[in-house]
Amino acid sequence: MSAPTSTTAPAAADAAADARRARVVPTILTVARLTLQEASRRKVLRALVVLTVVLVGLSAWGFSRLTAEDPTMAELTSGQARLVASQLLNLVMFGLSLIAALGTAFLAGPTLAGEVESGQALALLARPVRRWAVLVGKWLGLVAFGSGYIAVAGLAQLLVVQLTVGYWPPDPVGALALLAAQTTVLLTLGLLLSTVISPMASGIVAVGLFGATWVAGVVGGLGAAFGNSGVAAVGTWSRMLLPTDGLWRGAMHGFSDPSALASSFGAEMAGFPFLGFEGLSLAYLGWVALWVAVVLGLASMAFGRRDL
Amino acid sequence: MTAAPRPAAAGTVTTGSPAATDLAAAARLVADLPASPAAWCSGLRKRYGKRTAVDDVSFAVARGEVVGLLGPNGAGKTSVIKMLLGLVRPDAGEVLLLGRPSADPLSRARVGYLPELFRYQPWLTASEVLRLHVRLAGLDVPDAEQRARLGDVGLGGRAGDRVGGFSKGMQQRLGMAVALVARPELVVLDEPTSALDPLGRADVRDLLLDLRARGVAVLLNSHLIGEVERVCDRVVVLDRGKVAAQGTLAELLGRREVRMRLTGVSDAAHRRLEAAGTLVRAGDLFTVGLAADDVLAGPAPAGDGGDPSAEAAATTDRAAGAAADAVADLVTDLVALGVRVHAVEPGHISLEQRLLDILRTAHPEDPR
Repeated sequence: MSAPTSTTAPAAADAAADARRARVVPTILTVARLTLQEASRRKVLRALVVLTVVLVGLSAWGFSRLTAEDPTMAELTSGQARLVASQLLNLVMFGLSLIAALGTAFLAGPTLAGEVESGQALALLARPVRRWAVLVGKWLGLVAFGSGYIAVAGLAQLLVVQLTVGYWPPDPVGALALLAAQTTVLLTLGLLLSTVISPMASGIVAVGLFGATWVAGVVGGLGAAFGNSGVAAVGTWSRMLLPTDGLWRGAMHGFSDPSALASSFGAEMAGFPFLGFEGLSLAYLGWVALWVAVVLGLASMAFGRRDL
Repeated sequence: MTAAPRPAAAGTVTTGSPAATDLAAAARLVADLPASPAAWCSGLRKRYGKRTAVDDVSFAVARGEVVGLLGPNGAGKTSVIKMLLGLVRPDAGEVLLLGRPSADPLSRARVGYLPELFRYQPWLTASEVLRLHVRLAGLDVPDAEQRARLGDVGLGGRAGDRVGGFSKGMQQRLGMAVALVARPELVVLDEPTSALDPLGRADVRDLLLDLRARGVAVLLNSHLIGEVERVCDRVVVLDRGKVAAQGTLAELLGRREVRMRLTGVSDAAHRRLEAAGTLVRAGDLFTVGLAADDVLAGPAPAGDGGDPSAEAAATTDRAAGAAADAVADLVTDLVALGVRVHAVEPGHISLEQRLLDILRTAHPEDPR
């Protein structure tokens, strides 16, 4: 078979390249929109709303009883009270981030592997689209969905705390952004997993890894509190390999009252898993961005090479 | 099998020199080129583990031509289709769609596809599915035109309903509308009637005839041989991953036969019978297979411009006429040779018979 011998004029090549670039962006946006539509129309959204309302409602009730009935809460100094409020807020926020993580991981997995298994992907990918653009579109849609959920549910929770115990965290926007980043990390992992394993398995593995790094983070925190550098390294490494726990700790820092943490009472609580003592460095945030880019790139490669 | 000659790719005009004469020459050159086929593949190979699914498959679908892809289960038909559309990466071989290499997504800009495994987003309505595909195709198709496609497949009244509530047959009809919505120049249909009732099958046949009339090329994979025989200009038969046969219906079905009951057959008459074609004798019953070469005035190769479907129809008509003449001549000669002719029964070989012949000849050990 002889190769084609025709040459293409440079101007024509430029025009063709422009046309291709132009096609990539609409593809990404169309698929992102489709993914948001899917998330909003499937039962997963109703489940998320119910879980969130239950969690925020329970926490509102809990916080209000705490100040109304618990005599010890009234006897606490304002610093101690703020510390307790910080802890409780972090605890509830952990619940929220768990819901967001579970929700997006179980959305991200089926969205790709499920579409390939059911045959939905066949008609879609036979269109003049690049596979990586479809994948990036899905990712963008999921990121928008996860971040939107964190913003709405997180803000509702902050308002509940403000109204019940009068506590407002020092950096609510930064902390919520870090929670959104945590969700993004987990769903990116879910996408990569779903290109190689079955939909349900990818959700389970993603959530399992999320839990494992959280536990490793707690273990590492205890190691640091007791001055055991070997045990502390477990947390450091797990935070590098899967940055969900690192981002969670950064978010907790944004929710925790700094003056309370600095007090002697706060020092006694070193290693406690629901207090954030340190903020995140720029280098770590850079690592998270790189991590997401690399995992998304790997997912694109795996998806691009896959026979459907 | 021999590789098909590589067609000229569209949009690869030689305009390197600014000289006007060169440009004019190049323009003439391009104008003289035959239109690139709607689909063209050469030397396609695919292995799944140890099993070779597709082995050196080459064929072409000319513009406006309806080509049937036939073969037993597991012959590699769906794999070939998926390689054409870039859904499966071939281990070897080349694919051009509408003149562009298949590695370029734009090659699929004017291609419609109904997969064998048809499933559409259950949370979208039928009209939203069409809008999605129009957007992905990068086209601007007005809503009215999109609705018309739903009407064509009998879903005009269900445009606003969620796909999740559709039956399998309705989803396949929707798939047909999806394949047709972005003004395709090539439509690839993989078992388009597998979930349809007889009425739906008739609808699909009408749609196919309509596409042919509008000059849209179609590659049709179907188990329903009668359907293929009725609408296809050309047939490619795949067996165990290889092309077992391909040609126009006239070429494949050109072999007609005539059964005769004769007495008083002399040696000279016997020689005359043998000269007419392959002769099988069972007592008084003589069956003469008329060779395709005899009955075809000359098969017109499809795809050299013009309307291939009309050409194919004309070729079939010519073949039928020539066969009738051959039978009349034979009977006249036999009577002249003193043979008593008791019965003459011209026979037509159906595509189904021919397909079974091809597959059985390729694998005589299999009792298929």
